[in-house]
Amino acid sequence: MTETTTGMRPIADGLFELVEGEPVLVGSRCASCGTVAFPFQQSCPRCTSEDVERHLLARSGTLWTWTTQGFRPKSPPYTGPEDFAPYGVGYVELGGEIRVEGVLTEADPERLAIGMPMRLVSLTVPVADGELRATYAFAPVGDEA
Amino acid sequence: MGDDVAIVGIGIHPFGRHEGVTGLDMAVHATRAALADAGIAWSDIGFAAGGSDSAGNADTTVAQLGLTGVPFINVKNGCATGGSALTTAHAMLVAESADLALVVGFDKHPRGAFDPRPEDWGIGGWYGETGLMLTTQFFGMKIQRYLAEHDIDASVLSKVAAKAFRNGSLNPSAWRRTPLSEEQIAGSTMINHPLTQFMFCSPGEGAVALVLARGDRARALRADPIYLRSVAFKTRRFGTFEVFSPSIPVESAPPPTAEAARAAFEEAGIEPSDVDVAQLQDTEAGAELMHLAETGLCAHGDQEGLIREGATEIGGSIPVNTDGGCIANGEPIGASGLRQVHEVVLQLRGAAGGRQVPGSPKVGFTHVYGAPGVSACTVLTR
Repeated sequence: MTETTTGMRPIADGLFELVEGEPVLVGSRCASCGTVAFPFQQSCPRCTSEDVERHLLARSGTLWTWTTQGFRPKSPPYTGPEDFAPYGVGYVELGGEIRVEGVLTEADPERLAIGMPMRLVSLTVPVADGELRATYAFAPVGDEA
Repeated sequence: MGDDVAIVGIGIHPFGRHEGVTGLDMAVHATRAALADAGIAWSDIGFAAGGSDSAGNADTTVAQLGLTGVPFINVKNGCATGGSALTTAHAMLVAESADLALVVGFDKHPRGAFDPRPEDWGIGGWYGETGLMLTTQFFGMKIQRYLAEHDIDASVLSKVAAKAFRNGSLNPSAWRRTPLSEEQIAGSTMINHPLTQFMFCSPGEGAVALVLARGDRARALRADPIYLRSVAFKTRRFGTFEVFSPSIPVESAPPPTAEAARAAFEEAGIEPSDVDVAQLQDTEAGAELMHLAETGLCAHGDQEGLIREGATEIGGSIPVNTDGGCIANGEPIGASGLRQVHEVVLQLRGAAGGRQVPGSPKVGFTHVYGAPGVSACTVLTR
């Protein structure tokens, strides 16, 4: 998977947007109780209020937990490369208001630890028809690979 | 009122891989075995409930069992399929809608990991396309966090899995009956760090059926009915960490397992410390470890000491997954929850053979957990 920043069509509408060329996740925030959800949803998962507003999530945070994916997931639904390489997966706590799951750009267990600082990046991934799309991922801060 | 319903018949089709045998065939086999164990005929059954995740409709079995007109509810509720069928049958008996009920769970899954469609779980297709739609990742991430929070050494996971294979080797109905060493388990392929291949269960095949009776009828049928003191089924609350979650809140709440277990113990009027034998959802070794505390059988963080001192072994103070659990039996989704009850009934009858818990156990407990955050628990007594 190649990291990218601009020009690629997103894998899904409304998941993230580019702000000054950098990806930002689009969530929702409840106007009644302040609960933040991701992806955007029309009602609050906590208090069920339907008074929710669009809310951009913080672009960096800390790794809450993680694992590695050691085998190629079945297709469908997975559309990644046939030539499989293990990848990391984790939840990153963003802005102290939500933990978001995503692919990690780091797959080496020796280089992943709970609490380490992470930042949002965009990744280019193949989809079913072989075309490429942009999705989001998390990278260790300071890792420019 | 807790002794209103008892289990008077149990039947199982061996778990594993059975070429040429359909899930429905296995369900019929298990049902006939349960009826024979209870000493009754299919025509005596006044209510039936059951299901599978991917092997067909349970009520189709009447074509082989007999077209008696019995009300038969099909259940399809993921890992809680068996628990949901049991909940339904228990309620029907308590309501005196029937005297005798049949519960059946079965399944037959293809090889390899489950491949659910994100759309069926209310998630966008991107989640599956990018490689996040895997239950095994969730288990890896949940235990990773848990081990760190409670300062537990990951090497204990191999001990949990080794016990499963050891117990499985004593169970003629189990799929995996060859003991594996902790070294073999720790050294097998890394699937989802820190979980290796032999720490996981595999999707498989099998069927279990139970005959339930109202208390008065149960005592007339046999001298050793096993009472279903409670069955509780819960879904997740806001703030829990569950399978297939693109995000989780920072706020936390008790997991569905904790809520279902507490409700089951309260309804039964029995304390977790009274349990003599327990079957816990062990989709992988970490799940058994976490569920030990979530169900209230021990305090969070105490598991490592308990496991290392042998407390969860067949001869220990709180034997867990005496039949080898999901790790040794595999995971036919519709059958697993009832397999646990089947095992507890055998243990409480004193009929578990080479894996019998010593000291005439009196109180048993079962627990399943599954996507997208459901749990069902039972308390059973002699």
